[in-house]
Formats: sequence, C-alpha cells, structure tokens
Amino acid sequence: MSEVIKKFLYVNRKAPYGTIYAQEALEVVLIGAAFDQDVSLAFLDDGVFQLTKGQDTKAAGLKNFSPTFRALGDYEVTKLYVEQESLDERGLTLDDLQDIQYEDEDDDYEEKPSIIVVSRAEMANVMADQDVVLSF
Amino acid sequence: MKFGIVVSEGPYTHQASDSAYNFVKAALAKGHEVSRVFFYHDGVNVGTRLSIPPQDDRQIQAQWTALGKEHDLDLVICIAAAQRRGLLDQNEADRQGKDANNIADGFRISGLGQLIEMSIQADRTITFGD
Repeated sequence: MSEVIKKFLYVNRKAPYGTIYAQEALEVVLIGAAFDQDVSLAFLDDGVFQLTKGQDTKAAGLKNFSPTFRALGDYEVTKLYVEQESLDERGLTLDDLQDIQYEDEDDDYEEKPSIIVVSRAEMANVMADQDVVLSF
Repeated sequence: MKFGIVVSEGPYTHQASDSAYNFVKAALAKGHEVSRVFFYHDGVNVGTRLSIPPQDDRQIQAQWTALGKEHDLDLVICIAAAQRRGLLDQNEADRQGKDANNIADGFRISGLGQLIEMSIQADRTITFGD
C-alpha cells in the first residue's frame, strides 16, 4: 500500500479497562497492520495490565478484547516490548502475562514468543529507534 | 517540515485541542506544512457544530473551522471513534438511519487508515493528548 516503510511504535500506558485508550489503540494497530510498516508495541506503566491472562470483564459489562493480542502475529505484529520495571512495580511477572506467539515464516514457521521484556533504559532505546511513536 | 497532528482528548475537558490549535497556527506561520489533523478518542468531539460554548470563552470548533479554511487544512475525524460518540456527517446519518448530522464545516469523517497514512507521509507526527 505504501513504498515507504517506517518504524511505528504504539505505546500502551493505560490499564485495559476504565478508559477506552487501550481498546482504541488496538483498533489502530489492527488497521495499521494493513500498511506493511515495521510495527512494534510497547507496554509500560499500567499498560502492562493489558497483557495479563485470565481477564474476565463479564461483571463490568465490558468487552474483553485481550484475546486479540494473541492474534497479532497473524497481522505480522510480532514485537511486543514490555517494561520490566512496570511489571515489578505492580507485582507482576512474565508468568502473569498471556503466552503470545507468532509463526516465524523465515524460520520454518517455528512458533516464537512475541513478548520481549526490556528494562526502562532499553525501552528508551526502543523508542529512540522509531520513526513514528503513537502514544495511548 | 511536514507535520501530522493527532488530537486525542476532548475539547474544554482537556487542553489538548487548544495546544494542537496553537501549535498548528505557529507552525504554519513559520512556513511549515501541516498535512493533516487527525481527531481520535474524545478528540472527535471538537468537530461537532452543535456545541455552544459561553461567549466569553474560546470557540474551539469555530477556531479550527476558520484555521482550516484559511490554510486548506485536512481536518479528519476518525469514523470508529465518532460513531461511538455520536458524531455523524449526512452520509453516515443516512447510512445508519439517524435523523440528523452534527459535523462542523471544514471537518470530514474518515477511517483510521488516514492516521497511518498521515504518519507515513509526514516528517513528524505529534500527538496532543494525555
């Protein structure tokens, strides 16, 4: 769709429910996937809660959109950077997050983890490396 | 430089649309280009022509409409965000069986692809939000 390939980073900073930011951010990611850009997602602050497993929104009457994260690999969105300090500050570990994988077409479609845990300092480098940063 | 602008908070509740307006005005005055302003989340509410702010306050929608006309700006309201929040042009009103539209002069409603396209084409994408 476009000859220019830019590095896009979608920064997710908010809890999945309570406000609409997370849900509408995911809508941008899914539409953006059609543009064949180099896409990464970052999760920091309360945004790390978006990836937690076992989300149940029934009592709140809200749509549980968390399964969509596991489908991102099909959209060739395979780099989900999660900030270690944000996990630590909230008493979370990698085990609390969904197991999100993608099939690596360059490696015999082997299933590989999409989540990359990085330190706050490394996250700064990830951000500095982007052409476009959209923050939610 | 070519700027793409995102406004992601609602008018009056939040300063985002004011800051974006001032930035766009200043950038244009300096000879820069603003390829598009994309309104997302509650930012879509900037584009309703039915708001009636107090007369002694700034008129946010009218300011954008005027600036848009002066500089031929592309003011785009995200359709998915707009539908949730009751912002319609006549085409959408007809399509959805609604009895009215409320989009202000100078704005248009379109898809999220416009945000991505803007970000690809602009030298800098700047978000005004929370």
